[in-house]
Amino acid sequence: MTWDIALILSVDGLAGAAIYLLAGLGLVLVFSVTRVIFVPFGDIAVFSALTLAYLEAQRFPPTIGLVAVLAGLTVAKEVVTLIRRGQFRELPRAVLGWGILPMVPCLPAFLLAGRELPALVAIGLALILVVPIVPLLARLVFHPISHASTLVLLIAALVLHFLLSGLGLLFFGPEGFRTQPFLNGMVELLPGFRVSLQVLLMVGTSLALAALFFLAFERTLVGKALRATAVNRVGAQLVGIRPATTATLTYTVVSLLAGFVGILIAPSTTMYYDSGLIIGLKAFVAAIIGGLSSYPLTALGAIAVGMLESFASFWNGAMKDVIVFSLLIPALLVRSHFSNHSDDGSDEEEV
Amino acid sequence: MTTLFTIDDLHVSYGKVEAVHGISLELDAGRIVSVIGPNGAGKSTLLSAAIGLLPSRGRIMFDGSDISGLGVEDRVERGLCLVPETRELFGEMSVLDNLLLGAFSKRPNKAKRQALLDHVYKRFPRLAERRHQHADTLSGGERQMLALGRALMSEPRLLMLDEPSLGLAPLIVQEILSIVTSLRADGVSILLVEQNALAALESSDYGYVLESGEVALHGDSQALKSDERVFESYLGGV
Ligand SMILES: Nc1ncnc2c1ncn2[C@@H]1O[C@H](COP(=O)(O)OP(=O)(O)OP(=O)(O)O)[C@@H](O)[C@H]1O
Ligand SMILES: [Mg+2]
Repeated sequence: MTWDIALILSVDGLAGAAIYLLAGLGLVLVFSVTRVIFVPFGDIAVFSALTLAYLEAQRFPPTIGLVAVLAGLTVAKEVVTLIRRGQFRELPRAVLGWGILPMVPCLPAFLLAGRELPALVAIGLALILVVPIVPLLARLVFHPISHASTLVLLIAALVLHFLLSGLGLLFFGPEGFRTQPFLNGMVELLPGFRVSLQVLLMVGTSLALAALFFLAFERTLVGKALRATAVNRVGAQLVGIRPATTATLTYTVVSLLAGFVGILIAPSTTMYYDSGLIIGLKAFVAAIIGGLSSYPLTALGAIAVGMLESFASFWNGAMKDVIVFSLLIPALLVRSHFSNHSDDGSDEEEV
Repeated sequence: MTTLFTIDDLHVSYGKVEAVHGISLELDAGRIVSVIGPNGAGKSTLLSAAIGLLPSRGRIMFDGSDISGLGVEDRVERGLCLVPETRELFGEMSVLDNLLLGAFSKRPNKAKRQALLDHVYKRFPRLAERRHQHADTLSGGERQMLALGRALMSEPRLLMLDEPSLGLAPLIVQEILSIVTSLRADGVSILLVEQNALAALESSDYGYVLESGEVALHGDSQALKSDERVFESYLGGV
């Protein structure tokens, strides 16, 4: 291997790391707040990528139908629950919050789809269309079992993944799509070493989003409330933080992160309805390196996964996934070595 | 004097085992009521059910309305606040963040938030010194102060304290209990569970004695203190 090739592979690795960074942060966030290992993360990313591809092809994105179906199901479930409990006064709020609000992004999408759209508008539409999906799904699937064990939640997440990739096939069909790059051309970073603007944009966007994510967590009261729920659920309830609300907020943030992942990845990788699992699993390796709790370590994990993937594909393309997943073994060994010395007995740590 | 808080025939079970068998209790606004009793009498269980952490049967009234059907967060929003035996602090967060989150149910604006913080720091100067330290690195006494401080940040109308002097040196116990009595002057009503029966009765207006999940005795704290039965069971050794 020459230095040139190593540089090129590093840039590829960073592009991958940018994706796994966002996905890894999402996985850690969901797990720490709700104890759910959110396997379907990649499926949501696929939905946003395919939605963007449909909008670019001036076709009507089936995501609108998907959101409408999910909102309908969720409202039905909420209304039935409230009526059973006799809480009739809560009905208008439930219909508004679970039926109307999630449908709001469908309106501009409905009006604008099928025309030639500026790239930014198409991207914006794809993002806002995906945002309601995870909170709705979570309200339907995870909310009723929020007190179940981590294992039950994991099984539900797995089932949800298969369900979603099935829905992906149903709504988007089996063909693969690739979207337009936002930027064409290259810049010369070092003498004789050129990098595509698209990759720089990808890394830049990911870093900016990650920075925003950290700021929101450290500086805002809502961010602190999410952290508090992750640190101590009972304590959070005792100061009046509602677990259901924090969960919905968490899932909304994750939906948005997944949306960004799909949009960033789609110009460089052909996306199929079932491309999501492998993205989610690799981000999961990064999240495991972060112990499913530390954001900075997850960021390091994302870089490790991205780099390893890129170099592995050079050495042995067929084995690249195996090599990436075998990163789990040293990660888990190091983890268990350290956790043996801590007396933290919370059940999250023992999973 | 108006009644602020009433518990009527409360039953609380852990699975199939009932731990509290029909307790009734009343608390007037602006008063301190103590609940004493031996280990395992059901004192902590009673408080957990009162805030809604445990499901219960019976009626709980607060400020004239039935709150039995409400969740923990709704009760907190109405002005109830529990400092549980286990404190439930946010260990991996700073003292300051713990305090700020204490006011979560109030959504105070910036000025109000600062005023609340200043108030707590004035009562517990130690917390001001340690405000950037993680809660789980505090000493036992500092943790009690933080738990109490976090509770005060929500400006509760009814503060329920489960053994606020647990594991503290005698001097600090006096300090904590004098803070508790001084809260009454701010218009906070207090339900005080204490292992240290004598100290509890000395700092309260009215007292309930629990025994195996039932109210064995109740009356004015002064009267209870001189009651032979209380003296024999709880104060004998003191
Ligand atoms: N999680 C639980 N599961 C089953 N039983 C419990 C549980 N918590 C408490 N109990 C039982 O309920 C009864 C009352 O316990 P509780 O903690 O309310 O007592 P307490 O009066 O607060 O005692 P202490 O003074 O030791 O704190 C005890 O018999 C206890 O064993
Ligand atoms: Mg107790």
